[in-house]
Amino acid sequence: MEVLLNLTINGIATGSLIFLLAAGLTLIFGLMHVLNFAHGALFAWGAYFGVWIYTQTGSFVIGIVGAIVIGALLGWLLERWIIQPVYTNTMSQIQVTMGLLLVMNECIKVFFGPNQVSVQLPSYLDESWLIGGVILIKYRLFVIAIGILVFLGLQYMLKRTRLGLIVRAGVMNKEMVQALGVNIKKVFLYVFILGCGMAALGGMLFAPYSGVIHAEIGMDYGILAFIVVVIGGMGSMVGSALAALLVGVLGAFMTFYVPSVALAVNMLLMFGVLMFRPAGLLGRG
Amino acid sequence: MMTLLKVDRIETYIDQYHILQGVSFEVKKGGVTVLLGRNGAGKTTTLRSLMGLNPIATGAITFKGEAIHHLPTYEIARKGIGYVPEDQGVFPDLTIEENLKLAMRKTDEATLERRDWILQLFPDLKTFWKKPSGLLSGGQKQMLAIARACVNDNELLLIDEPSKGLAPIMVDKVMSVIIEMKQRVTVVLVEQNFYMASTIGDDYYIIDDGRTVHTGMMKELKENEALKKEYLGIA
Repeated sequence: MEVLLNLTINGIATGSLIFLLAAGLTLIFGLMHVLNFAHGALFAWGAYFGVWIYTQTGSFVIGIVGAIVIGALLGWLLERWIIQPVYTNTMSQIQVTMGLLLVMNECIKVFFGPNQVSVQLPSYLDESWLIGGVILIKYRLFVIAIGILVFLGLQYMLKRTRLGLIVRAGVMNKEMVQALGVNIKKVFLYVFILGCGMAALGGMLFAPYSGVIHAEIGMDYGILAFIVVVIGGMGSMVGSALAALLVGVLGAFMTFYVPSVALAVNMLLMFGVLMFRPAGLLGRG
Repeated sequence: MMTLLKVDRIETYIDQYHILQGVSFEVKKGGVTVLLGRNGAGKTTTLRSLMGLNPIATGAITFKGEAIHHLPTYEIARKGIGYVPEDQGVFPDLTIEENLKLAMRKTDEATLERRDWILQLFPDLKTFWKKPSGLLSGGQKQMLAIARACVNDNELLLIDEPSKGLAPIMVDKVMSVIIEMKQRVTVVLVEQNFYMASTIGDDYYIIDDGRTVHTGMMKELKENEALKKEYLGIA
């Protein structure tokens, strides 16, 4: 029983990290129909720059804020100069964002070197409790709490604010939103910045979680995020949250019990879901 | 009467297709101008071009004396032009309240007063206020689409085939609402239903093969059987 609980908590923590990456991806795809393959690179940049700020300042919180700011700034630059010109051309989007992913990964090696970087947890988060045989690691609970906060914040934004109303309407009919007098391009920019900021936050939280970061983490987690978005239903925030938890928990269990198929399990899960629900768990068919 | 909208020899392409090949017309303030024509003549594309959704290649569109054809859609809307598309364009997952809230560019007293006036015109919208608009009937969706276009202080409404797919009783309802709206706003109406068009229209333009080919007062067209047969296929 203790093992099951430990694995579940680990899985939820991993799911929270994947959700931070997938949430932006699904928002961007849902509203803008942009397949952003470079999204994972924001995760890696968030991790590297966040850790760099953390080591320079000694403050983990400043590192987190710095990562979000870097992610948001990069999001602004990328949307304005690289993504906007290819909005209407899906093929160009794929080529441009794939290229961007490679370039951004290589830039990390140029700035921070090709070697892995070790990351220490701040002392106040480096604790654990043993309760009834279950080990509760403080940092994992912290990651889960941030994941929940971000999810609730996004739900609030989508359901209770004018920006959220525009985003939900834009997912359904962009032309009509514009015909009502809304500058949808400005909303695209805000959503892109928000998505990139969340990806960078995910990267920064991942760094001490894994203890070591390398330039390719963006690719690894980017693929996971895409799988989550497809399973959850492209454009569905709640679907992404559910799918991220599913992928995280299933991954934790499979790695423990059947490590030989752990790598394939996400693909199998995706095939399984799409067989019965082609639009994903909560996607619109 | 003052000219509110002037469309001067506009040409519009959709992909490689040359849809509008010289559409010109003028809309006087305070009336209902009807665009008539057979299916595929270019009426819907004309309205979409006015809104900037299908940008024009040549020609000019002026609204209250100001050229608007180079503006993006949202700025055209903010100039005071409301649009009710052929498919109504309601957001199915949003409630009626949210659809209207999204459309409201201001929340001042005048806008709230207009919203209340609209809800009096369309009591069904008030009844299903918190219901997702995707669950409404075709007629109710049409009411919502018109309500959304009227809730701002627009001076011009572009309404595309409001009777399409509606039961006769709903057509009468929509018609009476447009007649009521004439008191407040100028309307450009695209309509295939000649009964509706001729009942509420003041003047008309016939579009054929992407060109305006005839214009006049609606009461004259009602009696011109030859013209109706030639361009509208009404025997």
